[in-house]
Amino acid sequence: MNSAVFNHGRLLLWGGFLALAFALPLVFKSGFLVSLLCQIGIMVVFALSYNMLLGQTGLLSFGHAVYYGIGAFVTMHMLNIIGKDGGPLTTALLPLVGGLAGMLAGVVLGYVTTKKAGTTFAMISLGIGELVAACALMFPGFFGGEGGVSGNRVVGKGNLLGFTWGPQVEMYGLIVLWAFLATVAMFALTQTPLGRMANAVRDNPERAEFVGYDTQRVRYLMLILSGLFAGIAGSLTALNYEIVTSETLNAHTSGVVLLMTFVGGIGFFYGPIIGAILISVMQIVIGGMTHAWLLYFGLFFLFMVLMAPGGIASVIAIQRNLWLAGLFGRMVPHYLAVALPVLILLAGLVGLIEMSYALLAGEGVGAGDTATKVMKMELHLNTPGPWLAALGVTAAGLVLTRWIGGRTRAAWNSALATLHGDKS
Amino acid sequence: MEFVVISLLNGITYGLLLFMLSSGLTLIFSMMGILNFAHASFYMLGAYFAYQISTWVGFWPGLLVAPLLVGAVGAAVERYGLRRAHRFGHVAELLFTFGLAFLVEEVVHLIWGKTSVDYKIPVELDGTLFTLFATDFPIYKGFMMLVSVGMLVALYALLTRTRIGLIIQAALTKPDMVEALGHNVPRIFMLVFGGGTALAGLAGVIGGNAFITEPGMAAAVGSIVFVVVVVGGLGSLGGAFVASLLIGCIQTFSIALTISITDVFALIGVTLPEGSQVARLTITQLAPVLPYLLMVAILIFRPRGLMGARES
Repeated sequence: MNSAVFNHGRLLLWGGFLALAFALPLVFKSGFLVSLLCQIGIMVVFALSYNMLLGQTGLLSFGHAVYYGIGAFVTMHMLNIIGKDGGPLTTALLPLVGGLAGMLAGVVLGYVTTKKAGTTFAMISLGIGELVAACALMFPGFFGGEGGVSGNRVVGKGNLLGFTWGPQVEMYGLIVLWAFLATVAMFALTQTPLGRMANAVRDNPERAEFVGYDTQRVRYLMLILSGLFAGIAGSLTALNYEIVTSETLNAHTSGVVLLMTFVGGIGFFYGPIIGAILISVMQIVIGGMTHAWLLYFGLFFLFMVLMAPGGIASVIAIQRNLWLAGLFGRMVPHYLAVALPVLILLAGLVGLIEMSYALLAGEGVGAGDTATKVMKMELHLNTPGPWLAALGVTAAGLVLTRWIGGRTRAAWNSALATLHGDKS
Repeated sequence: MEFVVISLLNGITYGLLLFMLSSGLTLIFSMMGILNFAHASFYMLGAYFAYQISTWVGFWPGLLVAPLLVGAVGAAVERYGLRRAHRFGHVAELLFTFGLAFLVEEVVHLIWGKTSVDYKIPVELDGTLFTLFATDFPIYKGFMMLVSVGMLVALYALLTRTRIGLIIQAALTKPDMVEALGHNVPRIFMLVFGGGTALAGLAGVIGGNAFITEPGMAAAVGSIVFVVVVVGGLGSLGGAFVASLLIGCIQTFSIALTISITDVFALIGVTLPEGSQVARLTITQLAPVLPYLLMVAILIFRPRGLMGARES
């Protein structure tokens, strides 16, 4: 075992995360938290498997849900077979079956998709994704048509170590275990020659070919392995929700995993983990507060693409470098100074969006001069007052952000210049 | 015979509509290397704008104003969004247009609701153009053909016969040289993007009432347009034209064919085993996947597309 890879710090960090994951539901005994954590665990595996393509091999896929969905459907059918005939498998081992199914799908479909890289790959993956999604509605026998396929995870000889996987907490334990194993395996893969070659194929395919590697083969292998982990994630979804619909493998799911991975940061191994946690929490918390959540999500994504294309992980990494260089302290006042106008701007924008939603989506807007409840405030939306107020706040936020933001940017650039100057 | 002629006419109408979308996409792609994921969203915007204008002042002003509005939105997107994303490379650009498609759908949900809107064919164009073998051919389909062909002739003339067209063509291949000669290449890019999206908008104006104007229309057409571009060959306008007509015809013919796969194999003397789910599927049921199957076949046997010049 390479001690540089599995050093003490890393073992401590990973062990700490595992302990935290197990401790959380024991400390806070809330059903909501456990189901949120289950969702996060599944999405972490899915996003990491996606980043094997996008981040590590440079393959932008718009059809990754195919492998996830196939893993989920195969798992559900296996579960039902075990339930009917009793099989040698137990529920706890089904993610392996789902993973193999995803991998097999990767072997078949990846042969076509990975012939090309770049933009062509993106389009082909989209086409294949649509193809499979359309097939899902054509074969109701396997995909269950509109209603999907459902099952019951408490089946078979189960009872491994006395667990039936019936209660949500036990299911959570299973998810954590599988997610941890998959994460370790995916991290280990980045350290193998294949993982390194994938990076080379991403950065400079021509040179990789000159060195003597078949870039198409590297892409194909990475896609197969990525299909394996996506299948495991899909399998966990099937076991967790006990129902799989054709929604699992459509373009929307592929889009969500792309957004998650990108927002988290594709340049770092832990980036997709941050993205999966953040988006799952946003989805459930903000999604519970407002109908406009998808709009906020889209705006947030565009903001990240334009402002921080390296994702949250890259922002963290830069702060860490500043900290190590002793420059972080100098930036703190600037961060605090810019936070206020940004908050004002956000408040104005959110006000405008929420009022538009209330007005246009017709949530209880009565005729005449009746007040509408927007964000717990009684507002008269058919009078210009609230609109002018929101516009004013937005404009003030915009002006202040530009003014203070300019100074923050100058400080930021000088800090970065010092940082890079030190290095060279 | 009747079936063939009618389906062919329908297929060409649909194919020409597809070409209005794919030509803009192809132009934008070959000029800027951007695969505009939001292209079909501009198609949807065209339909919704035209609907909104038609409720105020009628269909005909909308036919002119809606594509121009869409083009203006497209130019603004290029100027303030894509140009910024361009600095971070192609993946960032692609993701930007992807996010944009997502956002446009949400905004359409917000303004016009989640169900389809009642965007109608104008009364002047509501009727039968001619009757062929007892099947009526509506005026509106003839009108769609007329607009598409007129637009394409105009586009062709613009690109090959005018000064700005020549500069655009030059900027396609040698942007640095064109810039050195004193032309504002970023502005040309903005114009091409605006023009391409305006074409998509026009397709939306005439397609929205022929089919259905709903928030899902962008996603439904978007992936088909990508198939067209891949099948025709990335960056090839001629290829996009052939592929648009081909896919238009495949879709209309397959929707109307009710024979099953077993029957198809019976025609060539092969009897399939009874009872399997695949064998019982009819061509109509297969219709949604046929374009994708064609794309996969093209990618395996001719990876650069029907008329693509290069393998990218």
